[in-house]
Amino acid sequence: MTHINDYKEIVGRGTIEDLFLLADRLQGKAVQNINSTAVGGGVAEILTRMLPLLQDLGVDARWDVIKGNERFYSTTKKIHNALHGVQVDILSDEFEDFLETNRQNASGMTFGDIVFIHDPQPIALVEQRGTVGGRWVWRCHIDFSRPDDHVWRFLKSFVDRYDSAVFSAPAFARALAIPQILIAPSIDPLSDKNRTLPEETIDAVFTRFGIDRSRPVVTQISRFDYLKDPVGVIKAYRLAKRRVDCQLVLAGGGATDDPEGPAIMQQVNSEAERDQDIHVLFLPPSSDIEINALQRGSAVILQKSLREGFGLTVAEALWKGRPTIAGAVGGIPLQIKHKYSGILTHSIEGTAHWIKQLLQEPAFAARLGKNGHQHVRDNFLITRHIKDYLLLFLSLYHADDIVHL
Amino acid sequence: MQPFAFNTKYDQTILLGRKAKNLQTLLAGIRAVPESSLYFHTHRFLLQHHFLSPEPPNDFAYWATEVLNDDPLGENLSSVDILQFASLEDLRKFFITVLDESLQHADRLPDCPRGEEFHFMACRTFVLPTPYAAETLEAFSSILEHISISALYYHIFDARLRLGRGDNDFSRWFADLGHEELAAKMRMLDPYTQTLEGLRSHIITMVRDYDAH
Repeated sequence: MTHINDYKEIVGRGTIEDLFLLADRLQGKAVQNINSTAVGGGVAEILTRMLPLLQDLGVDARWDVIKGNERFYSTTKKIHNALHGVQVDILSDEFEDFLETNRQNASGMTFGDIVFIHDPQPIALVEQRGTVGGRWVWRCHIDFSRPDDHVWRFLKSFVDRYDSAVFSAPAFARALAIPQILIAPSIDPLSDKNRTLPEETIDAVFTRFGIDRSRPVVTQISRFDYLKDPVGVIKAYRLAKRRVDCQLVLAGGGATDDPEGPAIMQQVNSEAERDQDIHVLFLPPSSDIEINALQRGSAVILQKSLREGFGLTVAEALWKGRPTIAGAVGGIPLQIKHKYSGILTHSIEGTAHWIKQLLQEPAFAARLGKNGHQHVRDNFLITRHIKDYLLLFLSLYHADDIVHL
Repeated sequence: MQPFAFNTKYDQTILLGRKAKNLQTLLAGIRAVPESSLYFHTHRFLLQHHFLSPEPPNDFAYWATEVLNDDPLGENLSSVDILQFASLEDLRKFFITVLDESLQHADRLPDCPRGEEFHFMACRTFVLPTPYAAETLEAFSSILEHISISALYYHIFDARLRLGRGDNDFSRWFADLGHEELAAKMRMLDPYTQTLEGLRSHIITMVRDYDAH
């Protein structure tokens, strides 16, 4: 169990003291988070880590999870896809069922002074606002750059009833009457996925997977789906390997609901079978230490995404001081400044070129890694995320441009 | 004499929902957005890259250079000496003049690639007192060693331009104490062309050197 004071060593005493000052201004306010899942998925992961830290700071932070039947989750999955710009058909009785599920959940719920709704599933709870009062915030965690118009109009009728909406990237902002606030996601430097590991642990993980640590390792950690371009990664590795000896590790979760997933998997596997230096690792969800060790033991990390929401795996790699080459898409350019805190590429050839450069210029690669680590420390750690949430809650009680607390 | 009471501050980033895809729409945006947006786009880099980049460009310069590939304009926009402007409205006039001139001489008006538009943002600033106050220069420099970088930022950048005090808070306090020479030295420091940690150590050294003589 980590405590907020444990982060002083990482972000400095002053930063933690400031968090206590901000939290103190929220005395007497109950902050209620509501989402649709207690485990699994990024929102549950961040709430699991963040709630105890907010409570450490003295904030009365709570967390409720709504429940629904299979039909409800099938509708919310469609809504999720529609917000990503996928064409979907949602029937009017599915919308009605969605609303009814929200109403049923509301009837058994006690609402806090600040109601913090995460993602679209519980969005219609705001119908209760007239009865229960309080301040309401809607936090959208998903890529929102090209939402389906029909679904967005349905959701907007609820969003308009909130006090503020929160998005993860500037491109997700919409024409709304309420204030829209930018809050980037974060990583937790003390979690199993990111904490410092002893060399023996890193060695043991490499040995277990049969990877030779005496030769350079290039690694991509990500789901095996088309948008992460694992086949492009293999092609870039092959181009680089013509000139520089290296091994490739592709590690991540199994097949997703991406319809092209099985074809991608087949292609990756057949490529890997022809080359003993390609290691394809299917990792179960509980593989945080393994992922951590693979990243820390690699000479270069890739995140050759073709499309990306925010791309927190990049922040994870940078935090470990690893030189990172990533596609210039989604939130990745917010994390990497080209040739300063990492490398941004647009093609297989460009990626191969930079793999060679970084493997052969370790001093330059180390400088990128050091700068990347610093940039993540300053901008993408959970303490910055907590600070943004505290400001968000406080902003609900103040209208001025400059607020003296 | 009043002790120096350290405040700290934090900004909330507001998405204005307005974007630009070329110089014309960038100029229209700069004319229309609130002052807090100009402040945000000219100061954000300082905090986000405060350990990395000793010469942080502003967002307008960065976008003109990196997205529109207009290096001369980018250089004009990034070389702005923000210290010479007494208010954010004066700074706005500067950007309008530079962009107007660029547009007059442009033989074409390229749009940026889709997805790389300039998104106008703004900030809301929350100021709060810290428990730290200094009655002497010695105590002042000791506190400055450990106080959060946001506190330093507030007294140097926000005080002068965002809060419209016309001077940084440190110089004002030094002058109140009768240390005019130290106040003048502090005023001469260009905080925009160094990292915040560099600035912190410069001020501490400057105050300690002055105090020792």
